[in-house]
Amino acid sequence: MLKPGEYYQRDRTRQPPALTPDYKTSVSRSPQYSMISLQNSVSEITGPVFGHNDIDPLDKDLLQNYAKPGESAIGERIILHGRVLDESAKPVPNTLVEIWQANAGGRYRHKKDTYLAPIDPNFGGCGRTLTDEDGYYYFRTVKPGAYPWRNWVNNWRPAHIHMSVFGSAFCQRLITQCYFEGDPLIPICPIVNTIPDPDAIEQLTAKLDLNETIPLDTIAYKFDVVLRGRRSTLFENRLEGN
Amino acid sequence: MPQTLNYLKESASQTAGPYVHIGLAPGAAGFDIYKQELGWDIAGPHAAGERIRVEGIVMDGMGSPIKDVLLEVWQANSAGNYAHPEGGGEVEEGFRGWGRVITDFETGEWAFETVKPGPCQGRNVGTQAPHLSLWLVARGINIGLNTRMYFEDEADANSKDPVLNLIEWERRRATLIAKRSERDGKAVYRFEIKLQGEDETVFFDI
Ligand SMILES: [Fe+3]
Repeated sequence: MLKPGEYYQRDRTRQPPALTPDYKTSVSRSPQYSMISLQNSVSEITGPVFGHNDIDPLDKDLLQNYAKPGESAIGERIILHGRVLDESAKPVPNTLVEIWQANAGGRYRHKKDTYLAPIDPNFGGCGRTLTDEDGYYYFRTVKPGAYPWRNWVNNWRPAHIHMSVFGSAFCQRLITQCYFEGDPLIPICPIVNTIPDPDAIEQLTAKLDLNETIPLDTIAYKFDVVLRGRRSTLFENRLEGN
Repeated sequence: MPQTLNYLKESASQTAGPYVHIGLAPGAAGFDIYKQELGWDIAGPHAAGERIRVEGIVMDGMGSPIKDVLLEVWQANSAGNYAHPEGGGEVEEGFRGWGRVITDFETGEWAFETVKPGPCQGRNVGTQAPHLSLWLVARGINIGLNTRMYFEDEADANSKDPVLNLIEWERRRATLIAKRSERDGKAVYRFEIKLQGEDETVFFDI
């Protein structure tokens, strides 16, 4: 029987720990016992497969996917684009990327968001797409606004887009946030600062990409996402005659 | 330059936050935007095996239900195969084995319908007892938590399961076993997840 090629273990020195007291909600939601380390079995190296039947081409255009005919979302028009790669720098093709975000005023279209900034009638705030064979994806949207949140008395989230990515294995599943180069709120955000490694924070900061802007139309930011990589062959397999 | 390991590093996780529903279950956030939402039909109409309902709650360290948690489930079909090229074999048409569930905003209760999975191959030798793989995200959870749900009525298979047997503290194995009951002639499994406390659920670094 083939043993599954394992995914590289998570580098926990770059990932946020469960308990981060400056982000207060984590205090009662962080497991306190050590996790049990599990070598990958078929349950971890497999994961859901998505196809073009699952989504609509318009889903990736947040300027239009909730707008009335002839209208468009209000705000700084941006293209968010990049590639989903694994740790061996191989593209992750045909994988589902989902995003959600506040509107240009910092308000979410959500029952539970009561921030006084107005709802934009032409902006839903979510999008989804599949990466192509090179792992490439793009969305068209507006740059989200900063918004206040209850943690310390006066905390403001930097502008950010939430992003969910699958990869091809359940153990690659990742939700993260994309920040924007130059935002002064990044270094003082308690959620950003749950990440212990400055280089890992830098990796979550999208770069202005002037070459990909559409002149007189839309500005562009580049944001690559890296999922866990995988050992290609196990020596044990060869020893067993594979 | 020789001896350079040109690896990239996995992107850091960030909390899904309180508004995760906008992106992953917009109907629950209060608006319809997509033609179809993903993850509500786990097994499809043609899957063989016992139809079951799984329900539960996720509790924080204060013993309060977490009302903004989102769970994803990943499972094999009743023959023990996953719907994936490396999943061990064929699955029925429409069987996806993946689901996405959110809680009731008032009570924190969640539930989904599926088929009971069969045993699947183990990593080295033997088989793994029937189980669901679960992944939880929420506000206050910095990186998604992985756990597994096993079935109370599979005591024999559970006692031989290589993953349950990895857990040194036998008492903690019970945190992964869902309780079975019958309701309207249908099997219902209840699985309570506790993030902290004496009965903290076992989580895995997979
Ligand atoms: Fe947010």
